[in-house]
Amino acid sequence: MPAVIPPIPDPNDQFFWDGVQRGELLLQRCLTCGVLRLPPVPMCGSCHDTAWDTVAAAGVGTVYSWIVSRHPSEPDAAPRIVVLVQLAEGLRVVSNLCDVEVADVVNDMAVELSIREVDGVVLPMFVPAHRSGTAVAR
Amino acid sequence: MTGAIIAGIGQTEFSKASGRSELQLAAEAGLAAIADAGMTPADIDGMVTFTLDNNDELLLMRCLGIPELRYWSRTPHGGAGAHTTVQHASLAVRGGAARAVLVYRAFNERSGRRFGQPNQRTTPPGWNAYLPYGLDTPAKAYALEFQRYMHRYGVTNEDFGRYTVIARAHAATNPRAWFHGRPITLADHQASRWVVEPVLRKLDCCQESDGGVAMVVTTADRAPDLPSPAAHIAAIADGHLVNGSVMFNYYHDDLAEFPEAAFLGRQLYAAAGLGPSEIDAAMLYENFSPIVFMQLEALGFCGPGEARDFIAEGNIGLTGRLPVNTHGGLLGEAYIHGLNNILEGVRQIRGSAANQIAGVQHVMVAGGRSGMILAAS
Repeated sequence: MPAVIPPIPDPNDQFFWDGVQRGELLLQRCLTCGVLRLPPVPMCGSCHDTAWDTVAAAGVGTVYSWIVSRHPSEPDAAPRIVVLVQLAEGLRVVSNLCDVEVADVVNDMAVELSIREVDGVVLPMFVPAHRSGTAVAR
Repeated sequence: MTGAIIAGIGQTEFSKASGRSELQLAAEAGLAAIADAGMTPADIDGMVTFTLDNNDELLLMRCLGIPELRYWSRTPHGGAGAHTTVQHASLAVRGGAARAVLVYRAFNERSGRRFGQPNQRTTPPGWNAYLPYGLDTPAKAYALEFQRYMHRYGVTNEDFGRYTVIARAHAATNPRAWFHGRPITLADHQASRWVVEPVLRKLDCCQESDGGVAMVVTTADRAPDLPSPAAHIAAIADGHLVNGSVMFNYYHDDLAEFPEAAFLGRQLYAAAGLGPSEIDAAMLYENFSPIVFMQLEALGFCGPGEARDFIAEGNIGLTGRLPVNTHGGLLGEAYIHGLNNILEGVRQIRGSAANQIAGVQHVMVAGGRSGMILAAS
């Protein structure tokens, strides 16, 4: 099992990790102009409003890029697939891809959210999308 | 022309275990650079280094016997921003804040804290979105971008290996290089173990090195008095774009492009009044081999997706159209946070490089997010 370096939530991203605990991947949304942002920052770079709320991501997207760590040293000795997911909402998020063999990972494959606990840390991770076709490829 | 020059260069040997303190490395490199400029420590009245450098300026003043310091500055981030140190120094001398500025970087980066290792056991600010997923080394952080580049253009790790072979060939004939006398073959590269699959093998990664390098930056009017030809700073700039992070920008439209480097290139070419075809050699920061490909394209030396063929066809070798990393680069010579690339650029301008290219007038020294064009006159 990978050894996870735990996040240390700060005032800017506490809401994100609270959402993860509730099973949601939350996107920050500007109250004035509606622009979504992730990772979180306290001011909208478009309209400069500091007021925001959150919207839960649909949890579907595609693998924009991916790697497998073969770095031999601690703390992350167990190889994990790290992915950059292109969310259906248009944002990208770094995460892990689970329940798949490395040989089956391809760019632009459809994935969906799977919030899991690893090494005592709850993280928003992704798995290959179900064949039902719910994932949106773009 | 910026009106500033690099007047002197100095360094320690490059090793895996220097056996002495980082302060001593900084002092040795600094003293060598001052002497190379035909100056004494009393002529130095400014200092610039990285925010990441562990050495205290005032302790370095004591070591060197610099009596008075009028200006100092530190520049953020790592090797991609290495050239910003020289930008601060050149602005300082041109603006009258100092007459001669010592730029330095010294560390025991192999025998001390290793940059390639996942050192963190806790998460620093801004890294919550990355570290918990195992993105805990520069190799992994960069490779997540490089993989999209490979996907977009069908580039393979073997293609990256062709760059590595060239860098190691250049290092093999550079006595200053750690890998002096030790060239590799493409088969050696392909036999080295994966660090980040399917992007980086061990031989795609820069070294972890102990050592110090230093330069003296002053105004161009002093060029005639120098013992060695001056390297004129024809243009120098940073290149940062919105949504970037210290080692990557995962959020711009197409990660197969390097828009920061393109922005940098546009500034440098405009300021110098030059184009890519007028650059005689290029020192391109390579913490990892793929970033050479992306810089060659972003800086206009070849078109998008063409770096693979540009390299395979021999263009970046010593007899090629654009010799690249003639000292062996950070893979072959040493990793002194990219600052050693600037020293090689100065040597090519002076005509004193181990692998000297004939008739060099202009050298690009770039790290993707900062860089300069050096000129012989």
